[in-house]
This record gives sequence, C-alpha cells and structure tokens, in this order.
Amino acid sequence: MFSPSDLFEIPFGDWVDSAVKDWLVPNFRPFFRSLQAPISFVLDGLDGFLNAMPMLVFTAVLAFIAWRTAGRGVAIFTALALVFLDLIGVWGQTMTTLAMIVTAVFFCAVIGVPVGILAARSDRFLAILRPILDVMQTIPPFVYLVPIVMLFGVGTVPGVIATIIFALPPIVRLTNLGIRGVRADLVEAAYAFGSTPSQVLWEVQLPLAMRTIMAGLNQTLMMALSMAVIAALIGAGGLGLTVNTGLGRLDVGTAMEGGIGIVILAIILDRITQSFAERKAVATPSLAQTFRGFFKPSRMAARAADEKPA
Amino acid sequence: MKSLTGKAFTDGMANKVEAKNIFKIFGSEPDRVFEMVSKGHSKADIHAETGQTIGVNDASFEVAEGEVFVVMGLSGSGKSTLVRMINGLIPPTRGQMMIDGVDVASCSAETLRKVRREKVAMVFQHFALFPHKTVIDNVAYGLKVKGLPAAERRERSLKALAQVGLEAYADSYPEELSGGMQQRVGLARGLATEPEILLMDEPFGALDPLIRRDMQLELLELQRSLKKTIVFITHDLNEALILGDKIAIMKDGSFVQVGTAEEIVGEPADEYVRAFTQDIDRSRVFEVAAIARPPLSIEIDAPVSDALARMEAENVDAMFVTDKGTLQGQVLYRGLSGASDPEALAQHLDPDFATVTPDAHLHELYGKAAAGRPIAVVDETGAFTGIVEPGDIFHQLVRGEEHESGQKRAATA
Ligand SMILES: Nc1ncnc2c1ncn2[C@@H]1O[C@H](COP(=O)(O)OP(=O)(O)O)[C@@H](O)[C@H]1O
Ligand SMILES: [Mg+2]
Repeated sequence: MFSPSDLFEIPFGDWVDSAVKDWLVPNFRPFFRSLQAPISFVLDGLDGFLNAMPMLVFTAVLAFIAWRTAGRGVAIFTALALVFLDLIGVWGQTMTTLAMIVTAVFFCAVIGVPVGILAARSDRFLAILRPILDVMQTIPPFVYLVPIVMLFGVGTVPGVIATIIFALPPIVRLTNLGIRGVRADLVEAAYAFGSTPSQVLWEVQLPLAMRTIMAGLNQTLMMALSMAVIAALIGAGGLGLTVNTGLGRLDVGTAMEGGIGIVILAIILDRITQSFAERKAVATPSLAQTFRGFFKPSRMAARAADEKPA
Repeated sequence: MKSLTGKAFTDGMANKVEAKNIFKIFGSEPDRVFEMVSKGHSKADIHAETGQTIGVNDASFEVAEGEVFVVMGLSGSGKSTLVRMINGLIPPTRGQMMIDGVDVASCSAETLRKVRREKVAMVFQHFALFPHKTVIDNVAYGLKVKGLPAAERRERSLKALAQVGLEAYADSYPEELSGGMQQRVGLARGLATEPEILLMDEPFGALDPLIRRDMQLELLELQRSLKKTIVFITHDLNEALILGDKIAIMKDGSFVQVGTAEEIVGEPADEYVRAFTQDIDRSRVFEVAAIARPPLSIEIDAPVSDALARMEAENVDAMFVTDKGTLQGQVLYRGLSGASDPEALAQHLDPDFATVTPDAHLHELYGKAAAGRPIAVVDETGAFTGIVEPGDIFHQLVRGEEHESGQKRAATA
C-alpha cells in the first residue's frame, strides 16, 4: 500500500535535534545555567533547613498549621502520618521531596500570578498565552526531560525546573480566571472613586480573586507532586528516587515506601491548601481560646474526679 | 414653586456639569453611524444595518450647582451610558463633557482621576459594595484611594455613615445588611469624599417599593442640607417628579423633553412622554400656584348688597372678607341673601375658613375642599395671594385624561 512516506520523509527529529544541539545549547547554555542560581539558592536553603529540623519539631509545626487551616481531623492525620513515614525510614527523602515541591510551587506562584494578572488585563496577551499553556499541559513531561538535561545538566535543580514547567499552567489559568471573574460593577465602582489600575488590582481584584488563585495553587501543588517520580529520572533525589530505585531492582517494598510517602505528602498538602481556597468553611478557634478550653474548670473538675478513686 | 425657587437660587451660580453634543456609539465604525444619524435614520435601522449601537445621540444639558437633574427613560434608552460619560467611565465618541470647566472627555488619565477623587462620586444600581470589606472600609474607599491617613479616613467615614443612620453597622459586612441598608452604605461611600457632584444610576431601582419610597424621602431630606449637584437616573417617572428640579426624558439615546415636573406633566412634548405621564399621580405634581385665581375679596365695612352684587358678577357662592388687606373670614351668598340686617357684613362672617400655601401640592387640598367652599392661598409671610376654587382642583387633575379621551374619540371618528 502506498503511503506518502514512500516518496520522501521529513527529517523532523533531525531538525529539532540540530536546533537544540547546534543553536540553543551552544548559544544559550550560560543563560539557562544562570537561571538555576535562584532556584538552587531557595532549594538548598529549604532542603538544609528541613533536614536539619528535628523530626518531632517539624511534625508538631505542620500539624499545628493543618489544625489552624484545615481543622482538627487533618491535624491528627498529619501527625500520625508523619510519624509513620519516620518509622518506615523515609524521613530524609520526604523532606527532600517537600523542599523540591515547595521550591517549585514557590517559583510557579512568583511567575504564574503576575503572568495570570497580565493575561486578565490584556485579551491579546491571553490569546498568545493560551496555546502555550495548552502545549505545556498536554506535552508529556518525558519529552522535555532531554532538552532540560542538555541545557541544565542533571540533578535536583533541573528536576525542579522540569517540575516548574509542568506545574505552572493551573496557577496562570486560575489567576486569569479569578481576576476576570470579579464582578464588573465592583471594578467600575473602584475606578469611579478615582483608583489607579494598581489600586484596583490590590484593593478589589486580587482579594476577590484570591479563592480562585488559591484553587490554582492547590492544582499546581498536586501537579508538582505528581512530577516527583519523573524528576528523579534526571537525577533529582527524594521519594521519587526511592520509587525509581525500587523499580530498577523490581523491589516492590522499596518502591512502595517511596510511593506511600508521596501519597501522604499529597494528602496533607492538598487539605491545607484547599482550606485556603475555601476559607471561612472551617471554624478556626484562636490559639488562646483553645488553651483556655484545655483548662476549663469543668474539665479540671472532671479530671480531678477521675483521679480521686485511684 | 419648588422648581421655580430652585431656579432663582441657582441662576447666579455656575454650571457644575455641562454636556455639549455628546454622542456614544458602541461599535468599530462610528463614522458610518454618524453619517446615517445625519440622514435621520433611527437607532433600530442603524443597528440592523451596521450592527453598531447608538448609546447616546447628541445630548446637551447643563446642571447648575445644587440642582437635582433627573434623567428618565425606558431600559436601553442610554441613561447609564450618559451618566458614565459624566465621570469618564465611558469615554464619549464625540462631544464635550465639562465638569467645572474641565473637559473629562479629553483630559489626561491623571486629571480624570483627580476629578473622580475630588469632585464626582457615584452610587450604583446594584450597590456595588466591596464584599470583602467592612461597611466602614467600603465607605472609606474613596478616602483611601486619595491617600488619607487611617485615622482621618475612619473619622470622616463615620460621619458619612451617621448621615445615613448606619454608624452602628460600621464593622459589619455588606452581606449582613438588607438591600435598603446596603444602598445607604453606597450613598455614604459617595458622600464620604465630600464631592460636589453625585451621580446616581437607578440607585433605588433594586429596592422594594416601600423602601424605595423611604429612600426617596431620605434623599430629599439629605439634599435639603447638603445641596449637592445631583444627576439622578431612573426609569420611574413618579420618582423623577418627586426628586427632580429638572427632568430630561430620554428615548433611543436622545433627549425628547427637558423641563420641570409641571412642564413635563402639563405639556408633554410627544406621545412617548405622554404615555409616561398617564400613570402618574398628577395631584403630587401640580402645586396650588398652578390653579390659584386672583385674590377676590371685599372689605369688612362694605354693605351686604355690594358683596352680593360682586358674587353675582363673578359667579361665585362665597367670598373672602378682609380688614385693610388682612383676612378676616368668609361670607356665603346663601347666608347673605336672607340677611335681616343688610348693613353688617361682619355679622355673617364665618371665621372658619381653609388656607393653603402656594407651594402645597394638590393632593393636600382634598380634605380642605370637601366643604365645597373656596380655599384662601396664604404665603409664608401671611399675605393673601389667591383663591382656589374646589372645582378647579379636579379640573386640573383630569386635564391629562381629557386630552387622552379626546384623542381616542378623534381616532375612532
Ligand atoms: N458596552 C456596550 N457595548 C455595546 N452596546 C452597549 C454597551 N453598553 C450599552 N450598550 C447599548 O447602549 C444602549 C444604552 O444602554 P444603557 O445606557 O445601559 O441604557 P439604560 O441605562 O437606559 O438601560 C442599549 O441599547 C445597550 O444595548
Ligand atoms: Mg441602566
């Protein structure tokens, strides 16, 4: 059967190959290398900090954050789950993965929110941006691992860069959506009182878009976590590496240890960030109130009554 | 009289807002629309042919300091577009919009912001309160944007909230308040920056009729002391008549009539305006001055026969009696004609007569007219300035309907 490729073939692979190898890499490698600096600065700091922190202190802090944002149930889950991770021996890897995820999400927010704001303000910019975001979201992350390695080398930082590229679209999209979704009459009212565009942004648009932006941050975070294993393919450490090691040795136990760590991190971070997006949904008693609750006379009396017979 | 005194009061003052041949065309080829407009095509034709909409078509008007200018028209007639061109939220396609001598249609963004911060505030149909800010922070918004320190913002906002009676709700959120209260907050937000001009785009349109009525009266009350220059948009002619010193009726982007309440209701410019005036309560529009007759009276020392002769000549049943110009009472033809002592007018005097001020509205006369006797018109200084014959009240009230039925008769003939 005849097919067009019998006549000639397009050397598409060669074109891309030479574009990257002969043009992009030699010309822009120093530029891309310099992009690593801020990322590795944040990442190294965070990684060092998290790994230096005593396990129990970290557990207490995260459980506290979970309690204040997502409620008591999530706090208890957080504490138990983190102790479990320590017991199965993946504490260090968990902290490394957490550092990578937080770094990636931090840069996604730093880049994504302003880009989303610009997209909300200019229809033309959005028209250019939208196809780029579509490509970023549909292209399988394995495909861009190769150019990333060529431009940035291997290691944890290139892994974080791959994660940033993969996880960026939701926060951009939802920032744009959130700001465009602010009631037009409120924006009009803000202008009617003589606001500058940046006053409108800070006073009205951003606060009212915050829930949507937080929902975008949550999605970005989840996508970043899903990159943990793939990033390990280009030398990133952490739980992803544990999974890959298990995979390489067909060691189900090790792979599962890494996998369960990622799942637990995902659940905790998801609950905490979701509660940002839902604000007000959870009643959060103040710290003082809670402590007062512990020492309520009725409680003390009850405890005293319990102790007496003994 | 309200509108007349209003005019006398404002005549010497400068115009705060002056629109000169303002056009707004929604579409990408306004020139094509202008060409069709100059050939006299209608808004509907132009939309059908070009797909572009005429928002406002050649509107010119002035609003004097302290005046309430009401723009009234059906939905889609261009009222919101017009009012938004006054503070530049919508830039006019053509024409000038002068605010205190500054053309907001052509000034820089910086100047426009200054005008909005210092001169013109706006109250919106759906309140447009910021849901994430407390009531007081909403009211303080204009002051914050101006860069005032927090303490001064709070003090001035509390003052504005007190003007609308809501200081107790300063720290509530808008969603916790009823619709009427929310719009009071909207009004307080407009007043907080102490602007000279207040733009109100159907501010009471989203409220229940009873609350709307309260708000109208409250606004009138406030305006009595504040004397702002107000441009008020409404689709309700009754509201326009209650509030407006001057009323413009809009249709398809153009003004069809501009005048006082009495002019609009008394002499509607065309069928469109007349259709609006049909349902309104004429007794709340017309004032006593519109139907008062000359102050016919007789001096108390005149003989009874003179009084009878005068009443016969004027074809009236009753007459006022004065003593050197001051009102003493009323005499009835019935009482005088059987008089035994024909010399003493004073004996037949009925000191119990009804009086009314010249600026009272006709509906206030119903009770007083029930006796069927003439009512004395007495102004604030106590001077006897005219007489209202009960029959004239009802004659004035049915005039619009007479015209109406006359037209119908002509149409069926
Ligand atoms: N942004 C816009 N784009 C296109 N047409 C508009 C726009 N705003 C208003 N219009 C049209 O202009 C006309 C006047 O609208 P508007 O001023 O809102 O009327 P009103 O306030 O009297 O109801 C209407 O025909 C409306 O459809
Ligand atoms: Mg409108």
